[in-house]
Amino acid sequence: MATDAYVLDPAKRSRLLTALYIAQEQEGYLTPEALKRVAERLDVPEAEVYSTASFYTLFRTEPVGQYVIQVCTGLSCYLVGGAERLVDYLEQKLGVKPGETTPDGLFTLQTVQCLASCGTAPAMRVNDELYENLTAEKVDVLIDQLKVRAERWAALNRS
Amino acid sequence: MGSFEPILTRNVGVPNSEHIAVYLKRGGYTALRKALKMPPDELTAIVKDSGLRGRGGAGFPAGLKWGFMPKEPVTKYVCVNTDEGEPGTFKDRLLVEHDPHSIVEGVIIASYAVGAHRAFVYIRGEFFLGVKRWIKAIEEAYAHGFLGKDILDSGFDLDLSVHRGAGAYICGEETALINSLEGKRGEPRMKPPYPAQIGLWNEPTLVHNVETLANVPHIVNNGADWYRSIGTERSTGPKLFCVSGHVRRPGNYEVPLGTPLRTIIEEHAGGMRGDRPLKAVIPGGASTPMLTPEHLDIPMDFESLVEVGSMLGTGAVVVIEEGTCMVEVARRLMDFFAHESCGQCTPCRMGTRRLKEVLTRIVKGKGKPDDLDLLETISAGIFGHTLCPMGDAAVNPVLSSLKHFRDEYEHHIQYKRCKEA
Repeated sequence: MATDAYVLDPAKRSRLLTALYIAQEQEGYLTPEALKRVAERLDVPEAEVYSTASFYTLFRTEPVGQYVIQVCTGLSCYLVGGAERLVDYLEQKLGVKPGETTPDGLFTLQTVQCLASCGTAPAMRVNDELYENLTAEKVDVLIDQLKVRAERWAALNRS
Repeated sequence: MGSFEPILTRNVGVPNSEHIAVYLKRGGYTALRKALKMPPDELTAIVKDSGLRGRGGAGFPAGLKWGFMPKEPVTKYVCVNTDEGEPGTFKDRLLVEHDPHSIVEGVIIASYAVGAHRAFVYIRGEFFLGVKRWIKAIEEAYAHGFLGKDILDSGFDLDLSVHRGAGAYICGEETALINSLEGKRGEPRMKPPYPAQIGLWNEPTLVHNVETLANVPHIVNNGADWYRSIGTERSTGPKLFCVSGHVRRPGNYEVPLGTPLRTIIEEHAGGMRGDRPLKAVIPGGASTPMLTPEHLDIPMDFESLVEVGSMLGTGAVVVIEEGTCMVEVARRLMDFFAHESCGQCTPCRMGTRRLKEVLTRIVKGKGKPDDLDLLETISAGIFGHTLCPMGDAAVNPVLSSLKHFRDEYEHHIQYKRCKEA
């Protein structure tokens, strides 16, 4: 039934997004090698794999920090006066601009639009976790917790 | 309105409402037992009679959609659209996180009615808790014999699995969702053919929004007449309205369709958050044209909103107070649409970027005298010239804000600053 001549197995192709998620987990981003491996495993041309990966914002082809902070700057978060303040606060606190990663590799700051938390604005995501009704105090506590968690993780890997 | 008992959100707030034990105790899966004893055609007829219309934004009659599926026993699919991404909308997330079994039950009934034995949940990649809740609910449903082979000794088989999107608003459009499920770029397909004819892997496919499916068990349990008694004549049933912005109590409120906008904002959401009066309302999510205080008494149903030049959309009510720069509101929404344009149709891909550029320079006090004409020209170039409804959606915030707040745009251009600042 496949309309694309090169796709031998549509069921295999349909695993592409899942495969990209798994590949991304290994290094935190999709390395050229990972994209190649996915292409080989699923019999999909490399260019197609890259094209698909680049379409979706949750797939990254550049390295990111251990914690990716995505602050919602959507309309509702903006209206309640939280979005910009939150971005400014994190910029100052982490010393990076949106799109950048802290020198210690811990945090990447990003802005996104609409996390479906408009009723609990302002909101942000850290990796896969959602945080809502944010204030500067809550952000302080969270960043400290994440630093401790990262430290423990590093210690665990050293031992 | 105080007498309305929640239907879709009746389990929200009940401890452990996401667990099957709680759902069963509260009458869950009785509709499924009933449905499996009925001829599939009868179910389609009941849903048709109920007047249930899609809750994902388009408002297409659900029963008609079921009826479009071929009657022959060919391979068919059902997809649950959990790709909630319309700015202002947070209702499907609520249902999935707090009452996933009501949707699972709805999917099984819909699949049985259209003769599909394979169903897929497509969920927004950002909804991590939602993914977990979906997976858990599906596992529980299998364990209780509501999914799998020979469901409740009916002879009906159905498999259901969860697939995570990866951050693309456009995948909420049903044909883009199908492409994404196939592991491709989430670009919408040309319609016709509609998914009921050629959908997932080119087989007939029924795609429904989460909230739409959550209505189905209640319709089966209580009948079409009961359902039609809620709401208006042509907009039947309950609806979740997501209220956000400058209100005292933002949140999800379930009311019958046709409830006045004023009741939703003032009674449910507690009115304006401060002393500033209402300036504008986006009634159904970012894609729907803005309204002004004169529209406050409008009944929130599909027809009434079309009459005033807007749309019910997803029911996401964004409330905006006086003192807010409406050019900035339009710019922000355009930033979203420009980012989320899939790039397939040139008018949408290029047009949204140009609109964003023009809006940005007006906001920054660098607007030119003919920029308002330019906004209208670009919008006209996009509207009606794209494969999917996103092109039309993207120009709505611009054209509606220009219509209601043209003086603000002109002030920005003439005095190089905001009138509201």
